[in-house]
Amino acid sequence: MSDNTITIPISDELVNIYHKNLNLISGGSADLLNQHRDEAIQLFKQLGIPSQKNEKYKYSKIEPLFAHSYKKHFAPKRITFNIDDIFRCDIPEIDTHIALVLNGFYLPETGKLTTLPNGIVYGSLAEAAIKLPNLVKERYNALAENKSDGLVALNTAFAQDGAFIYIPRNVAESKPIQIINLLLSNENQLVQYRNLIVVEEGAQANVLICNHTLSPNRFLSNVVTEIFVGSNAQLELVKMQNEHNDSALLTHTYILQQRDSRLVTNTLSLHGGFIRNNLTVTLNGEGADAQLYGLYLTDRTQHTDNNTFIDHAVPNCTSNELYKGILDDQATGAFNGKIMVRRDAQKTQAYQANNSLLLTADAHMKTKPQLEIYADDVKCSHGATIGQLDNEALFYMRARGIGEREAKLLLMFGFVHEVIKQISIDTLRERIDDMVNKRLHGELARCHYCPMHCC
Amino acid sequence: MLVIKDLHAKINDKEILKGINLEVKAGEIHAIMGPNGSGKSTLASVLTGREMVEVTHGSVTFNGNDLLAMAPEIRSREGIFLSFQYPVEIPGVSMVNFMKAAVNEHRKYRGLEPLSASDFLKMMRERKELVEIDSALTNRSVNEGFSGGEKKKNEIFQMAMLEPKLAILDETDSGLDIDALRVVANGVNKLKRPDNAVIVITHYQRLLEHIVPDFVHILYNGRIVKSAGKELALELEEKGYDWIKNGENA
Repeated sequence: MSDNTITIPISDELVNIYHKNLNLISGGSADLLNQHRDEAIQLFKQLGIPSQKNEKYKYSKIEPLFAHSYKKHFAPKRITFNIDDIFRCDIPEIDTHIALVLNGFYLPETGKLTTLPNGIVYGSLAEAAIKLPNLVKERYNALAENKSDGLVALNTAFAQDGAFIYIPRNVAESKPIQIINLLLSNENQLVQYRNLIVVEEGAQANVLICNHTLSPNRFLSNVVTEIFVGSNAQLELVKMQNEHNDSALLTHTYILQQRDSRLVTNTLSLHGGFIRNNLTVTLNGEGADAQLYGLYLTDRTQHTDNNTFIDHAVPNCTSNELYKGILDDQATGAFNGKIMVRRDAQKTQAYQANNSLLLTADAHMKTKPQLEIYADDVKCSHGATIGQLDNEALFYMRARGIGEREAKLLLMFGFVHEVIKQISIDTLRERIDDMVNKRLHGELARCHYCPMHCC
Repeated sequence: MLVIKDLHAKINDKEILKGINLEVKAGEIHAIMGPNGSGKSTLASVLTGREMVEVTHGSVTFNGNDLLAMAPEIRSREGIFLSFQYPVEIPGVSMVNFMKAAVNEHRKYRGLEPLSASDFLKMMRERKELVEIDSALTNRSVNEGFSGGEKKKNEIFQMAMLEPKLAILDETDSGLDIDALRVVANGVNKLKRPDNAVIVITHYQRLLEHIVPDFVHILYNGRIVKSAGKELALELEEKGYDWIKNGENA
């Protein structure tokens, strides 16, 4: 009968959309990206969207996120707005090189690629793939795990653009480079973009990646970022995730570190309906050091899930990991931190801690530290706590005249400050402090619907 | 200033205070002494509003107002200060933010504007000098990693910042070496004014050599069994608590 509706699985539907639109997808991108698509869609066909039976996605329901209807655009849609109007009060004191990505496409405000006098390049990934193929070719899709994660394969199949950052050998840039991913639309959207960051041997950089929703529509972002940190290079990466309650953000970040490189990451999930962060760091050269910090603040029915994997592939590397978060109302969260120490990775030092505060009996946190050690001369430890606010500390503060609400906020702020204080740029740290304070006071949720977008 | 009438209180259904009567007037220093378990700290807990203590009978008024009806923070803003026997460590909360919040809540309660950052830091500096507290302490998180002596000095510093009408020092001398004891006592004495009062709760007479009381009360088995002038502390030191215990039994 003609009125029969056949419900086809979402995965199949995505594959169909891919085939139907392949010309559009490829046409709006670059050959270096296009050549990976067919293999990726085949892999996605096999892997599908991860279900909760997948151990890695045990605590996050991904499939329902795709069940909503979303528009998928394969060319940038013209939206006229003045970026200065939108961000007129954002991070007023911090001076950054800004790379703007709107709904997954690089916004060429000042050209698609910007080259600084010291040789640093930043801009559109698709443009870089065309203009600077030597920098992109060997690296694009070299780290992404298309074979084990359907979401990553899906991104590789569909990604057309995103941000590109290149820090040449021995160049130290003190001014941070800020990638601002904006979601702004009058319809629900699925966006899948790709970032590539290259920090060459001996170079130093601070990169800030921000995610913002600017309109109240439902957004689903599935983002892959590949980062290469060369020998003796230093990278500080701060991710600031601030989206509204109808948004879902899935990030897959892969970082490869060479000899004596230093990495600090700070993943700050300030607000968002559903956030899943996969972070994989491979310590691939002796003497490399990785510091991974994370903060998650959730309330109402929000969900934040951090999945980290640190691979000690060679000897004499160090890693340290600290994730902290506060869950209010019926919020749920998960932390799954795996540390792998390979057979030859002697003298490894690896530490991991995850501490969560639950403000209500209805909030839930799952934490799962995993150490897998195949070397025998290593120092590794992990610890996880889930607790409530300290009543003795609360009474102590009230006995000094501080009201109960303010005392709780001070305690919460103190709890998370251990993570924020790791941010090395003073103006940024102060700004984050301020935003976390606003968040804890419940002001960020309101900000999402305010035209000023200060936050 | 403080009037306690026939106060009974229990913790977990065990009656600890069994009818306390005490009046403290402005300008006075009272010492409350007694053996372990006599109810000294419970009395301090009742006065500051700790929830685990349940008042079953009697009344406490502070400057004519019902103290027991007030939340702990209101009691503080009204001018009651407790120097904790065991000050709490609060990791991540700096002394500066903690004291700024406290001072400004007190000011707001009195209808005053919050202090500017520079005025506040100036005030911190002055009070630190007054109570001879090491500057480094106030750059750290509240009590975190402080030694026993540092914690007690920090209590007196907070007292200097908040300028209470009535300060209750709960076993402030416990765990102090002689130098820290001197610093703490000097601080209390410098802050003493005709319009404020102090209650010193202590097990030993030693602190009272430095903070000289006008009245000494002996608390035993939930009641004040003896009140007199400062000479009572010396007598108690000489004869020991058995003197009181036996007297009670006789």
